[in-house]
Amino acid sequence: MQPPQPSRLSNARPSVHQARERLDAWVREIVPWHFSPETGCPFWLEFARKLDWDPCREIQGFDDLRRFGLFEDEWLRGGPVRRWVPRAYRERPIFVFETGGSTGVPKTRINVEDFRIDYETFSATLPDEFFPRGSNWLMLGPSGPRRLRLAVEHLAQFRGGICFCVDLDPRWVIKLIRWGKMDVLEDYKDHVIDQALTVLRSQPDVRCLFTTPKLLEALGNKISLKKAGITGVFCGGTEMTPQFHRFAREELLEGAYFAPTYGNTLMGLACHKPFDPADGYAITYFSPQPRAVLEIVEPDHPDRIVGYGETGRVKLTTLTKEFFVPGFLERDEAERAPPIDLYPWDGVRNVRPFSGFATSVVEGVY
Amino acid sequence: MLHHVPILREGKPYRSLQSVTLCHHRTRQPIAEVSQAHPGLIGRDLRTSFERRRRFEGMPTRDLLRVCRDAARHFLEDSLPLGDAFQSPEDYVRHLSATTGMPEALCRQNMGKIVRVLTEMDRVLAGLTRGLDLSALDGGQGMGGRGDASFQARADCFGAVLPSNSPGVHSLWLPVIPLKVPLAVKPGREEPWTPHRILQAFIRAGCPAEFLGFYPSDHAGAGEILRRCGRSMLFGDTSATRPYQDDPRIEIHGPGYSKILLDEDAAGKWEQHLDLMVTSILENGGRSCINASAVWTPRHGREIAEALAERLGSVPALPAEHPDARLAAFANPQTAERISTLIDQALGTPGAQDVTAGTRAGGRVVRLDGCAYLLPTLIRCETPDHPLANREFLFPYASVVSCPQAEMVERIGPTLVATAIIRDESFARALMASRDIDRLNLGPIPTCQVSWDQPHEGNLFEHLYRRRAFQLVDESASASALADSSILGNPSHGDFRSETRKPDIP
Repeated sequence: MQPPQPSRLSNARPSVHQARERLDAWVREIVPWHFSPETGCPFWLEFARKLDWDPCREIQGFDDLRRFGLFEDEWLRGGPVRRWVPRAYRERPIFVFETGGSTGVPKTRINVEDFRIDYETFSATLPDEFFPRGSNWLMLGPSGPRRLRLAVEHLAQFRGGICFCVDLDPRWVIKLIRWGKMDVLEDYKDHVIDQALTVLRSQPDVRCLFTTPKLLEALGNKISLKKAGITGVFCGGTEMTPQFHRFAREELLEGAYFAPTYGNTLMGLACHKPFDPADGYAITYFSPQPRAVLEIVEPDHPDRIVGYGETGRVKLTTLTKEFFVPGFLERDEAERAPPIDLYPWDGVRNVRPFSGFATSVVEGVY
Repeated sequence: MLHHVPILREGKPYRSLQSVTLCHHRTRQPIAEVSQAHPGLIGRDLRTSFERRRRFEGMPTRDLLRVCRDAARHFLEDSLPLGDAFQSPEDYVRHLSATTGMPEALCRQNMGKIVRVLTEMDRVLAGLTRGLDLSALDGGQGMGGRGDASFQARADCFGAVLPSNSPGVHSLWLPVIPLKVPLAVKPGREEPWTPHRILQAFIRAGCPAEFLGFYPSDHAGAGEILRRCGRSMLFGDTSATRPYQDDPRIEIHGPGYSKILLDEDAAGKWEQHLDLMVTSILENGGRSCINASAVWTPRHGREIAEALAERLGSVPALPAEHPDARLAAFANPQTAERISTLIDQALGTPGAQDVTAGTRAGGRVVRLDGCAYLLPTLIRCETPDHPLANREFLFPYASVVSCPQAEMVERIGPTLVATAIIRDESFARALMASRDIDRLNLGPIPTCQVSWDQPHEGNLFEHLYRRRAFQLVDESASASALADSSILGNPSHGDFRSETRKPDIP
């Protein structure tokens, strides 16, 4: 059984109604895939055995996924990791990626092709004028157990370029912050930026940059990105406030295209609404629906979606052939944004760490 | 009207998309939106500090002293820019009182302290530099009293991470301007008013705006300033200042634990010093690090405590607008409750008593028009070991500690101001030698009486400048100079000689 890739469905831009129909149709294909003994993974097959209802028959659309309740992040912590590998892929090379690791044992996610599909889909949103095909990239951010390095490198290769990589270890950064060793943190940041400068100075054909907000500031405060030849910046990894967005556009980018994104190992990559001065630098993201869906829900009643413009907690549902995560509460909050022509489904605006936690999550420089 | 307090980037107002709302301590009505600077923005501005300081160097110090005098007048009398509007002196007092809870009368008193320091800046600098001819800072050399002296700035920008407790503390960083080092100021959360107004007064008086940075921010912004500025001062409690304790670039202004010390003789005449004790504890609402938080005495501890409690216990909580108000309201009532609970818990340890408890009808925390106040509190401690013997809180709080005179110097611990009322010479010598005491008053001087030409928790001039070794050839005596330099036998000195010029010094 091989469900079609949604990114390879019709290229015509759908209406809100059509997008919703497509999502429901995709759910009707993906759920049987994960709950069929021929294709599903041990975790979901075992999960289904304990249910007194049959997901394959009773899940007929996206709203029905609520029957699974909330996805518990503990399920992704620890092994055996093979329980997440769909039977259909058991002979394929498997990657495992981890989340940030700022809280205890990291969550893991297996991957076969998803990171490539996600970033190929994302590639279509990057303007060639600013991210020239064939030009080289600098990936300045977390690699290690994260999928980001491979993903950005694939993006560069997919667009005909070669990717230079400089690593940053966010788990070390978080430790330094918790220990209050801010001077060591600064040294580490300088060490990372110095490596980036070396690449930019010695490689004249690097035009495209992936980096995190804090590293973009650190780099932009050291050199002129324009003089370094950077014409397109793909930015993500941590919160981007409207003030940071404005600061980046007004003072750091010097005309380079800015592509802010919201993403993580579980979801993939949510794209930004094209810049509109009327938005007051608020960034709105749209999930790669139907492969992933973002909802803004009431923190105490995660089944209830808040009204447009209202604040709530971000709830993620991932629906790919490789990975099924229904109703996962992210550690973020945001405002619910209405659909736009380009992305005819709900968006999330002003994503930031969820304020309802007793202790804040250390985000660090990465 | 909701005011906007902007960031000042090289003196120019900047409205951030990120802001903090300040509310009136009583009505909880929003008073101001304070633009917040994120670390990247601060770091970007500080990149150009070197060039700006070089331009600052070119301004004669005498002109900057004139700027200070004019700024004093503008600060006291003018309507000065505040975002898109203007702030009159009366507006300033009202804003300051509204967001900090400090009585308006005390706000005006503190305004006077700032004006005095600005007006008498030449005297302040004379004290800090011990009479240096300030032209030494103009040409890089001058008369240091015993021949040529040359000074080099240790920093291209001075960072001031400031508190909200009392506007008087802003007097401490004012000399940075005539000392010609650009400023990066991070105000306390509830008190952006005073530093912003001071900077606007400087700009109106003719100080080039490019030397003045004002960055309301959070801890991350404060950290950015402390890291990027070659020299800084940092106000904060022990936990905020601990990470920077061993950083020589940063002058720490933590809790004061200021004290009045009596010897055997003075303890026998304690009634004569009661006014001084009350003033030291109560002035400025007890919100300064230079307020006394303890009286140490070898005898009559109980009598002193009871007399002080009677005086302090009669101070009422009054609305901030009341001309006789002497206590500040707590902008956050929970803070007052927490402090009071902390004191009560510590009283559980035997050996201490809240003597003021018997002088008031109700509890230590009182509510008035929806505000919380902490009434003055005097604790009698039988020994210095009690946990309340050496504490400091943001209201008139003091302990009266019994301690043998012979043990006092050993046991007082870190003390910002010690007023020692003593006749015993050996005791005086021991106090002079003590490294625990920062400011020492010998004789009946209130702890809060500050002489601004004296250093305070470090000498700002020495923090900002170092004297370098410097030799200059006097061409009229070139033969002997050449002979001297040839002794050194270093060819580079020959190169240097060719670049020297005749000094301007008479």
